Amino acid sequence: MMNIDLKKSKAVTGAAAVANAMRQIEPHVVAAYPITPQTPIVEYFAKFVADGVVRTEMIPVESEHSAMSAVVGAAAAGARAMTATSANGLALMHEIVYIAASSRLPIVMPVVNRALSGPINIHCDHSDAMAERDSGWIQLYAETNQEAYDLTILAIKLAEHEDVRLPVMVNLDGFILSHGVEPVEFLSDEVVKEFVGKPKKVYPLLDTENPVTYGPLDLYDYYFEHKRQQVEAMEHAKKLFPRVAEEFEKISGRKYDFVEPYKLDDAEYVMVALGSTNSTIKYVVDWMREEGFKVGALKIWMFRPFPKEKIQYYLNGRKAVVVLDRAASFGAEAPLYEAVKSALYEATIRPRLGSYVYGLGGRDIVPEHIRKAFMDAIEGNLLVDEQRYLGLRE
Amino acid sequence: MALKGWKEIPIGGVIDEPGKSREYHTGTWRVLRPVVNLDKCTHCMLCWLYCPDMAIEITTNEKNRPQMVGFMYDYCKGCGLCADVCPVNAIEMKPETEFLKE
Ligand code: SF4
Ligand code: SF4
Repeated sequence: MMNIDLKKSKAVTGAAAVANAMRQIEPHVVAAYPITPQTPIVEYFAKFVADGVVRTEMIPVESEHSAMSAVVGAAAAGARAMTATSANGLALMHEIVYIAASSRLPIVMPVVNRALSGPINIHCDHSDAMAERDSGWIQLYAETNQEAYDLTILAIKLAEHEDVRLPVMVNLDGFILSHGVEPVEFLSDEVVKEFVGKPKKVYPLLDTENPVTYGPLDLYDYYFEHKRQQVEAMEHAKKLFPRVAEEFEKISGRKYDFVEPYKLDDAEYVMVALGSTNSTIKYVVDWMREEGFKVGALKIWMFRPFPKEKIQYYLNGRKAVVVLDRAASFGAEAPLYEAVKSALYEATIRPRLGSYVYGLGGRDIVPEHIRKAFMDAIEGNLLVDEQRYLGLRE
Repeated sequence: MALKGWKEIPIGGVIDEPGKSREYHTGTWRVLRPVVNLDKCTHCMLCWLYCPDMAIEITTNEKNRPQMVGFMYDYCKGCGLCADVCPVNAIEMKPETEFLKE
């Protein structure tokens, strides 16, 4: 777990942590439309703009579709551009989310995860981000407010790397992180500014000496080649992420990776999850370890590109692996479970697998639920491909 | 135009040279071919104005007035707009199959 120096930290919400990362990054352009629970990020940032703390051009657009379109335009022009959204806002952006990735524009967007309608719900789950998992964006997931802050800064460098040039979603759980107060150790403005540096411009529209066209018609003769390039860029993101994480560690002392193992050394039963639930899982791991159970956890920091090799490395040979999904895939396996299961196809000693969907629409997940899933694994009570539910009323 | 591999082209579908559409022969899309009857044509230039691919070939006469000459079939995609707007019906759209032997 991340060690945070409480003397150097401030108690802030995830939204304030992210907004301050954005203040320190000071992008040229932020275009955003408010949506619960992303709203405080935009409110804080708009105040920074109004107070003259940042020189960012803030565009208060009329919808999320326009927000993403405006940052696409700005990024194509050569600007560093950011936005933030949640749930239905992300869904409304959907068309342009793909265009941002396929135009290879390194936009960084905090996504405050919230259930997609309907029925309408404003609370946390990962259905919004999962609906974009094949959009060509890199997806990072934060467990804590500290991570939401750190990953936002780190994402700029990863996105803008000349061998990557892909947009990044920094996911943080709605309300749980966005509105929950936790200690966050901030870097100094100078350190962040130096870390992110000046954006490297690739084919900027404003370079009138070298005119370029963005978004032309791309038919059966070249579209496929451009998609192949996107596949390659994701591979590059995988190669370069450890280097960017290392550079970030140098300025912060905090170490990031594709995944975070927790008490895995001798663990026979491992739980895999995204986001803030990992804190609860770690608590349960500690609790069950006191009782002598060999349990551990594997947190996924990077979901796209999916770190298949790390999954194999950490999970090969375990007795059982339980995957927790805060999203369902109707008519198929839950997204994280599906990815983990597929990664383990090539494992030499495949663990037994369990799939648990939890927390939809903000349904609370409590230590007893997690313990129950661990106990199913320990007692040999896992049925492959039987999707189970934590916290659901029968 | 020889097609390039994925490692040889700019990322993001960006076109990094101006005027490249000249190299792109939209004429390969054509199913119907416009054919003009110059005896009927009044050289009003409506077809030239409306053609979305600038595929109407023109010249100027001794009085420096524009004259319809025909079509640049490398670029004419066969949309039929010219035939539609021609006020004297001087343009006929004919199936490409009629020209297969050429
Ligand atoms: S058919 Fe269409 S593309 Fe061809 S010359 Fe007429 S208007 Fe232009
Ligand atoms: S629109 Fe018809 S009449 Fe006018 S220039 Fe074209 S072909 Fe001739």
